[in-house]
Amino acid sequence: MTPLLDVAELSKRFPVAASGSTLKNLRRRFTRAADEQSQVHAVDDVSFTIAKGETVGLVGESGCGKSTLVRALTRLLDPTAGSIRFSTRDLSLVPARDFAKDRDRGRIQMVFQDAGESINPRFTAFDAIADPVRRLKHLSGLALVETVDKAARQCGLPTELLGRYPHQLSGGQRARVGIARAIAVEPELLVLDEPTAALDVSVQVVILKLLARLKTELGMSYLFVSHDLSVVRLLCDRVLVMYLGKIVEAGPARAVFDYPLHPYTRALVAAVPRLDGIGLAKLRLSGEPMSPIDPDPNVCRFYGRCPRGADICRTQMPPLRRAAEGREVACHFAAGGA
Amino acid sequence: MTALAGTVRHARYVIGENPVTGLAFALFVLIVFVALVGPYIVPIDPLASDTVEALKSPSLRHWFGTDQLGRDIFSRVVVATRLDFGIAVWSVVLVFVMGGLAGVAAGFFGGWIDRIVGRVADTIMAFPLFVLAMGIVAALGNTVTNIVIATAIVNFPLYARVARAEANVRREAGFVEAARLSGNGDVRILAFQILPNVFPILVVQMSLTMGYAILNAAGLSFIGLGVRPPDAEWGIMVAEGAAFMVSGEWWIAFFPGLALMVAVFCFNLLGDGLRDIVDPRRRT
Repeated sequence: MTPLLDVAELSKRFPVAASGSTLKNLRRRFTRAADEQSQVHAVDDVSFTIAKGETVGLVGESGCGKSTLVRALTRLLDPTAGSIRFSTRDLSLVPARDFAKDRDRGRIQMVFQDAGESINPRFTAFDAIADPVRRLKHLSGLALVETVDKAARQCGLPTELLGRYPHQLSGGQRARVGIARAIAVEPELLVLDEPTAALDVSVQVVILKLLARLKTELGMSYLFVSHDLSVVRLLCDRVLVMYLGKIVEAGPARAVFDYPLHPYTRALVAAVPRLDGIGLAKLRLSGEPMSPIDPDPNVCRFYGRCPRGADICRTQMPPLRRAAEGREVACHFAAGGA
Repeated sequence: MTALAGTVRHARYVIGENPVTGLAFALFVLIVFVALVGPYIVPIDPLASDTVEALKSPSLRHWFGTDQLGRDIFSRVVVATRLDFGIAVWSVVLVFVMGGLAGVAAGFFGGWIDRIVGRVADTIMAFPLFVLAMGIVAALGNTVTNIVIATAIVNFPLYARVARAEANVRREAGFVEAARLSGNGDVRILAFQILPNVFPILVVQMSLTMGYAILNAAGLSFIGLGVRPPDAEWGIMVAEGAAFMVSGEWWIAFFPGLALMVAVFCFNLLGDGLRDIVDPRRRT
């Protein structure tokens, strides 16, 4: 069975404006060709798939490239290299600028991190939900109203609230508007960019339950970006762990969190606070992550922060290798790896 | 329909909350009213001279007194409202469209549009603005239309820069990304997402520059550019009256000057009030 989304060797690099001393810049200008400008490797050679109806979690610390990856997938950004195969079509060939009018636009939608910021303050809830329906499904009049009402009902948003502006809604209601807007066009893949990060805990639970219900009702696939490992473990079938633009570990959510293979995943799991105080042996990371600007392609990205860092880590980048039970890990020393 | 009713209700609330805004609105309505019907309600022909009555101080017949030609100053101040207000409104509307659109496009698209708009604004800013306005009127010809154009050009950087900054911070806003996901192209995003959010800020700017535009127009006529003498205009009247200040006939310059001050004062206060009304976040 072909997966719904097949991302292969996706990279996104941003040129960095020349900084530092003028002398350095001058030297750079003379010693390097113009196209060899320094680059931030935000997403570096990432490959993964999402099957129909699957929920895939994406975790990693701030600045690891999650948002860039998500924006490349939802076609808000053009990737530097690689392919994004959706069903049978390579979407990376359509420039982001033209994708707004593409026939597949409605099939990938996204729920934003901060619902308050992602709704135009001058749009009522109705306008916000109606916009994609109007543009992508070309509905108007009664059909439009019915579709918006249906989406609102599915998200538990009372229709009386549809006439309100975002600032007149509570955080939870705004989140519901954001979700209703995304599902109103019946996407096949819904990208959730930390959908509950801006909400308080009691509302988070309600919204997560809503998302879980919508998924079974509408048969969507989810890419769930989150900081909250326990939520990812509960909600996701598989999980991708990202570190500095690379996927360092992938596999079934339960297995990855119960028996992490990559030292970074281990540290992430160990960092989750527990009431009973029992966890994996305390594993605290020290040091700063290495710079994402022109990183050495032969050094493991985690080197320097990794408690195991050996000589081989400095001379050879570990590739993402298959391990047992459908898991993948990018570490020279991972148990089960070669 | 509900949106309009809501705006009206909110406007009433804002005015009730802030009496100064209410006063500014009342003055604004008065100015508009006088500008519209002024010439039809004045008791005395503003151009008719009566040498017997020349240089009379304010009285029951001549409320603001008479000038050196015996013309009724009250009538002239009232009639001049239309001209001064008209110059201000048209120049502000002109610069609102030009500067607002150029600035929003510069902020949103960046690149060469941004560079061109930025350089044009810098070039205008490099001149002392009043001198530039003088130069433009002198070069284009001594007419009221050219005063409007000169005032608009002089204000261009103000609008372009404000609009650019406001559009630029919203370019990457969540709701703009959401609009892209919803199938909106650049033009639609600019028109329906960015512009409506930049609009209130420009409206405030509009009200503030309106006062400046009136001063600018009056200043240009004061030095003899633009409006020609027999026509009633506050700047010219102040200029004509200035010569008589020393000999004690203060009313000739005082009343048109007062009208000028009240108008500028009104437009400046209006800006604050308008912002409260057009900003939906302040709506309760």
